[in-house]
Amino acid sequence: MADTVLGMSDATTKKTVAVHGRRQRGIGRWLVLGLVVLGLLATLFPFFLTVINAIKTSAEYAANGPLALPRGIDFVQLQKFWDLSDYGRKLLNSAIISACVAVFGVILSTLNAYAIGIGKVKGSKTLLVILLLGIMVPQESIVYPLYYMAKAVGIYDTQLAVIIVFAVIQSAFGTYLLSSVLGSFPREIIEAADIDGANSWQVLWFVVIPVLRPTLMVVGTFFFIWTWNEFLIPLVLLVSNNNQTVALAMGLTRGQNLSDPVLQAAASLLGIAPTIIFFLIFQRTLTRGVAVGSVK
Amino acid sequence: MAVAEGAHSRSRRGYYFYLVPGVIGFTLIVLIPQIANFVLSFTAWKGVGTPRWVGFQNYQKLLTDDQFWGSMIHTLMFIVSMTIIPVAIGVVLASLLFDYVRDQFGERVSNLFRAGFYLPQILPITTAGVLWGWILSPVGVANIVFKAIGLDGLAQNWIGDATWALPSVSLMIVWIQVGYCLVVFMAGLSRIDPSLYEAAQLDGAGWWQRLLSITIPMLAPEIFVVVLTTLIAALKLFAPVFVLTAAGPDNATMVPSYLTYYHFFTTQRVGYGAAIAVVQMILTVTLAIIFLRFQARQQATE
Repeated sequence: MADTVLGMSDATTKKTVAVHGRRQRGIGRWLVLGLVVLGLLATLFPFFLTVINAIKTSAEYAANGPLALPRGIDFVQLQKFWDLSDYGRKLLNSAIISACVAVFGVILSTLNAYAIGIGKVKGSKTLLVILLLGIMVPQESIVYPLYYMAKAVGIYDTQLAVIIVFAVIQSAFGTYLLSSVLGSFPREIIEAADIDGANSWQVLWFVVIPVLRPTLMVVGTFFFIWTWNEFLIPLVLLVSNNNQTVALAMGLTRGQNLSDPVLQAAASLLGIAPTIIFFLIFQRTLTRGVAVGSVK
Repeated sequence: MAVAEGAHSRSRRGYYFYLVPGVIGFTLIVLIPQIANFVLSFTAWKGVGTPRWVGFQNYQKLLTDDQFWGSMIHTLMFIVSMTIIPVAIGVVLASLLFDYVRDQFGERVSNLFRAGFYLPQILPITTAGVLWGWILSPVGVANIVFKAIGLDGLAQNWIGDATWALPSVSLMIVWIQVGYCLVVFMAGLSRIDPSLYEAAQLDGAGWWQRLLSITIPMLAPEIFVVVLTTLIAALKLFAPVFVLTAAGPDNATMVPSYLTYYHFFTTQRVGYGAAIAVVQMILTVTLAIIFLRFQARQQATE
């Protein structure tokens, strides 16, 4: 399923349009469009509210309420939340953790998938099922032992602990995905390299990885964003303010008692901003590859 | 030839080496903790000292624990907002966008819509929580709007009132989940042979009839996948509750994941928390096995 959707070709899509491309007239089409637009506006309205209120002054909010458009752009509350939560630090932490997980996760997945998809090692079906079950079960059922183990080996409250845990968890999924991609890798190429005397390591490095690079980038992108959004395990493993991530800072703002509504809007805007940036960059990857994430 | 075969199988054995880092990692981070949690569920333990073996006592206590049963009932309620409503909206919306908006206004417009509906899905849930917490607070936007249009009676303490807390969290979840259903269903729709629609249209079938007799039956595999994955997600629901209500007020939004977290880190009844996590795990694994079997069957028929 996952790879089917990923591999969905543009050709099919275009053909459908061609066959389907007859236009109707009348009020009906505008009515339907109107309804869908209404739904979309309702979906996007919270984002809009956040933006227009985060840039108001508290006095303006008090006077005109949340629905009035801002008179100007005021960065005071954004600045205030930024300082209050040490947001620059949180962004950096999230970026470091997510990037490391993306890199190590992709490396682990590629090695596993190479053995399963190209090497066709015995027991690989069972291994894949175990990996998939392992990531589908709730994280609650591993979180306490992980917490205890991290303390025992002295990496509790370090980013390293979170990186190791998520590189492994994400790679279980990456293995599943990449194994099926590599399973259909053209055998002739591998055999040709074999005949040329390349060992399995050279085949992986000089033949398989260059071909696989675009897929690896997609998988890495997903690992990055999933890790960015993770909550429970970072919540348990990272206690000190200096190590926490953006998702964690957001989750803990409730406790910080942001009584000023403009400050709350500013907090959400700062939380949303990185996601919007990822979204603009990776929009196509994200919306097309969604079925990939469906087992998580 | 025989020599080549031999060489090949020799190198094949060498491939096991590549599994070493992955398997060690998975064993340490997932398998051992999973087993440890299972064993802990048969003990009484405060997190320090030696766990004391108590057999099935934790599970027996679960049977009469109102907080636990409440959390299970809330999970059933959250299935409405995680699965039922988003799937229903998703099917109709996907079909409208794919079958109608795309036809009439082009692919660009329909892609734009899809992206817009998908946006809440990629937000960190905790950020969504801050956003909705702000909208639904007693002095928040929702109440200000209701008062402004003269519906003062509708203004509620949405998150702080036991009656409204669960529907409030549910509203946010629906907002998040629709995009996921929509995108999967739209991918599925591109698989359907357009001539089916052509034929139905020639027979005079309206949009609604086509939805019921073509779209939904043809989307059955995607609907199945989405239903199962969102059911699994509903069983694990944690962040929305943590951020918006902290399982309150008065346990009104308590879910199993939060209860586990609560016993692990607040009451320090680690064994008891582990038992709840085991129940959750068994339910999830059951659903996951159904899902994997279905996928295997799908791939076999392809």
